[in-house]
Amino acid sequence: MRLNDLLNQTSEWLKATGTESEIVMSSRVRFARNIKGLAFSHWADEKQKKEILTKTKQALLKNKYLNNSLFLVMDELNDLDKQFLVERHLISRELTADGGCKAVDVSEKELFSIMINEEDHLRLQVMRSGLELKESLRLLDKLDSELRRNFDYACNSKWGYLTACPTNVGTGMRASVMIHLPALVMTKRIGKVLESIGRINLAVRGLYGEGTEASGNFFQISNQITLGHSEQELVDDIDRVIKQVVEYEKGARELLLKNSRHQLEDEIWRAYGILTNARIVSSLEAIGLLSAIRLGVNLSIINKVDIKSINELFITTQPAHLQKIEGKDLNPQERDLKRGDLLRDKLK
Amino acid sequence: MLCDICHKKQASIHVTEIINGEVKELHICDTCARAKGMIKSSKNFGLADFLAGLTDFGIAPKDAGELEDFDLKCPACGLSFEDFKRIGRLGCAECYDAFEKGLAPLLRKIHGSNRHAGNMPKEANKDSKTAEEAGSIDELEEKLEVAIKNEEFEEAARLRDIIRGKKKKKI
Ligand SMILES: [Zn+2]
Ligand SMILES: [Zn+2]
Repeated sequence: MRLNDLLNQTSEWLKATGTESEIVMSSRVRFARNIKGLAFSHWADEKQKKEILTKTKQALLKNKYLNNSLFLVMDELNDLDKQFLVERHLISRELTADGGCKAVDVSEKELFSIMINEEDHLRLQVMRSGLELKESLRLLDKLDSELRRNFDYACNSKWGYLTACPTNVGTGMRASVMIHLPALVMTKRIGKVLESIGRINLAVRGLYGEGTEASGNFFQISNQITLGHSEQELVDDIDRVIKQVVEYEKGARELLLKNSRHQLEDEIWRAYGILTNARIVSSLEAIGLLSAIRLGVNLSIINKVDIKSINELFITTQPAHLQKIEGKDLNPQERDLKRGDLLRDKLK
Repeated sequence: MLCDICHKKQASIHVTEIINGEVKELHICDTCARAKGMIKSSKNFGLADFLAGLTDFGIAPKDAGELEDFDLKCPACGLSFEDFKRIGRLGCAECYDAFEKGLAPLLRKIHGSNRHAGNMPKEANKDSKTAEEAGSIDELEEKLEVAIKNEEFEEAARLRDIIRGKKKKKI
C-alpha cells in the first residue's frame, strides 16, 4: 500500500457501521508499550532509537494482522503528508517532530495504526465506528499478543506496563470515545452532563459553540487512570457512561422535535443552504454547519445525503486533505475556496 | 458570556476539560480563536488536534514539579529524580525501581491506586512471583513498613498476606 492510496478510501471508523453510530462517532483504544532494556524513546540516544526502529519494524512486518500495511518513516515524509496523517487520526502531533527515528505502520483498512518512537517505543491503536470499545480492546489485544512474541515488554507485577509518562503506567491503555452531542448543547443541558461524567475517573474534552457559531459539538471521553483497574473494567466504565449519555442526547433530540421543531428545522436547513451554496468556507464554519447537517440526517430531516458522507467531510475539509485532493499546496484563501467547492459537490 | 482573552466580544467557542471533577473552561470569541490559532495552527490545541484525539495520551503530571526532592539517579539510563520533576517523564523501565520512593505517592495521587490490576505478559507474571516468593521474610516486612508509611494500603495488605503465607509454611 502507498500513502496516496489512503486518499481513495474511507477510514473504517467513518463508515457509521458501529453501535449507536448516529451519536457515537468512533471508539479508539491505545496501548503504550516499551521493549525491555532500552531507554524510553524521548530519553534514548540516536543509536538506541535506531535499534528500537529496527526491532519494532521487523516485528511489525511479520505480524499477521498487518499484512500489506503501509510502513512510513516519518523523516522521509514532507510536512503536508505528516499533517494528512494527523488529520486522519493515524498519528499524533508529537510524531510529526523532526528526527528521532519515528515511524508509523498503518493496517490496510486503517483499523490499526502503530507509532514507533513517539515518547514510548510503541503506541498501538485501533479505531472503530460507533460504540465498540469492547470489540476494539479485543482486537488490540490480539495485535499486542502477536507482537510480544518478538521481544519482552518492560513491565513488572506491581506497576504493570512501564511507560515514559507515569500517567500511563499500569495497563498503558487509553480508551476513548468521540461523541456528537448537538441536542444536549442546544438545550443547554451539556454542562450538567459533562460535569457528572468528569467526577468518575473519566476525562472529558470538548470544543463547542452556540447557535450558528457551533463548532462541532464533539466531545471526547476517555479513561483518566490506567493503574489499579483492569483493561476490561476501565472499558466497561466508559461503555456504561457513554450509553447513559447517548440516552440523554436522544432525550434532548426528542424534546427539540417536540417543543421547537420549526427552529430546529430552520437551523438545519440554513446550514445545508449555506454549505450547498457558499463559495468561501472556513474550517471552523464547515465544522459547525456540518454538525447541524449531521443532526438533520440523523433525525431524517435531511435525506439528500448519508451519514457516512457527512462523517467523511469532517476529515476531508481539513487543510492537508484539501491540498492532497487538489494535488498541490494551497494558501488559506485558496483552501477556503476549495473547501466550498468540495462541500457543494458532496452535499448536493 | 464575554471572551476570556479580550474581555470585549461575546465568546462563541467553549473549551471544556473536566478531569476528576475539576472543571476547566475557556470561553473565547471567534476573533481571538483565530488570532490564537486555535482553529488552524499546528502548534496550539486546535480542532484538528481535538478531532484527532491527541489529548488523550501522555499529559505530563502537573504534580511532578511539586514532589519532594530525592537525590536519586537511575543507574541504567542516568536520568535523575530532578530531571523527572522537570520533564514529567521517566527515562527507562529501571527508573521505576530507582525512584520507587518518590513515585509511589505520585502514582497513588494520579491513579488513586498504585497496584497494577490489568493484564500481563505470562512470562513477566511468572518472574515477579518467583522473585517475591524467593525474598526473605525480613525483606518483605521492610517493604511492608514502607508501604504502610506511604499509605499504600492495598500493597500493604498484599505483602501482609505473602508474609503470613510464608510464616505458615515455616511452622
Ligand atoms: Zn476575544
Ligand atoms: Zn532509567
